[in-house]
Amino acid sequence: MKVLVPVKRVLDYNIKVRVKPDGSGVDLANVKMSMNPFDEIAVEEAVRLKERGKVEEVVVVSIGAKQAQETLRTALAMGADRAILVEVDTASQDIEPLAVAKILKAVVEEEHPSLVIAGKQAIDGDMSATGQMTAALLGWGQATFASRIDIDGDRAVVAREVDGGLQTIGVKLPAVVTADLRLNEPRYPSLPNIMKAKKKPLRETTAAAYGVDTRPRLEVIKTVEAPTRQAGERVPDVETLVAKLKEKGIL
Amino acid sequence: MNHSTEDAYQDIRDAVRALCETFPDAYHRKVDEARAYPEEFVAALTEAGWMAALIPEEYGGSGLGLTEASVIMEEINRAGGNSGACHGQMYNMNTLIRHGSEEQRRTYLPRIASGELRLQSMGVTEPSTGTDTTKIKTTAVKNGDRYVVNGQKVWISRVQHSDLMILLARTTPLAEVRRKSEGLSIFLVDINKATKAGMTVRPIPNMVNHETNELFFDNLEIPEENLIGEEGKGFQYILTGLNAERTLIAAECIGDGYWFTDRITRYVSERTVFDRPIGQNQGVQFPIAEAYIEVEAANLMRYKACALYDAGKPCGAEANMAKYLAAKASWEAANACLQFHGGFGFACEYDVERKFRETRLYQVAPISTNLILGYVAEHVLGLPRSY
Repeated sequence: MKVLVPVKRVLDYNIKVRVKPDGSGVDLANVKMSMNPFDEIAVEEAVRLKERGKVEEVVVVSIGAKQAQETLRTALAMGADRAILVEVDTASQDIEPLAVAKILKAVVEEEHPSLVIAGKQAIDGDMSATGQMTAALLGWGQATFASRIDIDGDRAVVAREVDGGLQTIGVKLPAVVTADLRLNEPRYPSLPNIMKAKKKPLRETTAAAYGVDTRPRLEVIKTVEAPTRQAGERVPDVETLVAKLKEKGIL
Repeated sequence: MNHSTEDAYQDIRDAVRALCETFPDAYHRKVDEARAYPEEFVAALTEAGWMAALIPEEYGGSGLGLTEASVIMEEINRAGGNSGACHGQMYNMNTLIRHGSEEQRRTYLPRIASGELRLQSMGVTEPSTGTDTTKIKTTAVKNGDRYVVNGQKVWISRVQHSDLMILLARTTPLAEVRRKSEGLSIFLVDINKATKAGMTVRPIPNMVNHETNELFFDNLEIPEENLIGEEGKGFQYILTGLNAERTLIAAECIGDGYWFTDRITRYVSERTVFDRPIGQNQGVQFPIAEAYIEVEAANLMRYKACALYDAGKPCGAEANMAKYLAAKASWEAANACLQFHGGFGFACEYDVERKFRETRLYQVAPISTNLILGYVAEHVLGLPRSY
């Protein structure tokens, strides 16, 4: 059984986001980029399935700029077997989930994996759409927000994090599963594995080669920075506090 | 900080950072308070293969150069740790790889790579000679198939957490050699055996939580097969370790420098006094900016030293200059960091006082600033020897 894991290169989660002066988006010039944390969880899960003998091969794919190669190498160092880079010029345009899903569909039709494990969302756009759209385009079943994945014959048994608890569902393979935060804790790559990853195959192709139009369909009207938190006010006693809360209409 | 420092070693940096994140400030603080050795941290680094970076792949390591090793050390310090606990294995490694016999490499390297053995100690300095290394008084006298060692060493670090040590001793008396750098030899000492056969280890409590010791040798016998390279050429060989040590410590100071500038930048941006962040004052900004500039500049010399070392070229001047610049930069960064934290800088929970003590060491060790200046004056500028 083969697993395909799409990974996205995003702004590092530690970086304080800055909005471009013209409000057209987030400033990505000269800032640290890393693998989307939910995709790291997806890679980890695929590698663990391989280590448990449930999976023979883990293929990672990234759709984006040339530098996404580094993200793919990280996934290879974590234990993926080979990588595919679908290059898209992301400097001049944003790539939207539907275009990504169409490309993933094309990759799936080439690679024939039995399972696609994707991060539940990317921390940059927070769309949470790619996994679902890919499943829909392929006509496959889907299990989103997974906190546990077991392979049981020709189906995947997935625990989903839903409001108020966990829901366990069985989904027929092939299927798309999206990884939630508590699915696992990704490993840090060891030095020998980083060295091995440099020698693992990485195939490069382009969105155009799959005949997918990646032009945006959405228009960003404006982007603004989150408001900075205002300083609080110290009150001398409980009575004043209650009075203030009433004044503000909270009580 | 919004200045990207991404470079060709980003994969190594990311992976070391990820490992270091699992050992937060509180871990290092506790180890420091307990005056303990960061055993779990060093074990994790070993297990993930970092301590075997320099060992060639055929012996089970990753076959990387000093440049990459220096990046690993830098990242440990940048993450709030102290590479002093484990850098010995990095600077010793090339002494064994470059000058050891094939049999020695086969015997030791795979076991060091697997983490079974640690080669963390180098025994050079003596109480009565300091940096005047060729005058060391510890002798190794050949007797049949062994060498008999007598003498004393000081500031020998990590002996209690190491299995192997590289020891420098005089094998031909100073009076009988043409040049004072001749007649010295290096040996691989099995520490566990030696402590039962004539080597006494006496720990030296110190200002930074650094495991360092005095060693006494009373007729310690070392098998002749533990001699590294040729007898009498040890001084030349030990320079491989000394230059690596200086360069790696430069990288560690650079890691410290970034730690200090990152921390203080964050602090002064948030700390509000007189209704505005203190970082708005140029009196606060400039020393931080100055320290940052100096860290960046020292970094250039560090990479120059690394490149020369990895190419097998002489790098004594560059290794010394890198250490000088980096130790100075990290010390200035440390001062700015402590100063602008105000009283909080002295509170252990901010980790500034710990890092401040740790980085101060590198004005003195592994070679003091004055001796670097003396070296550059004499060997680079050709001025008459002053000492």
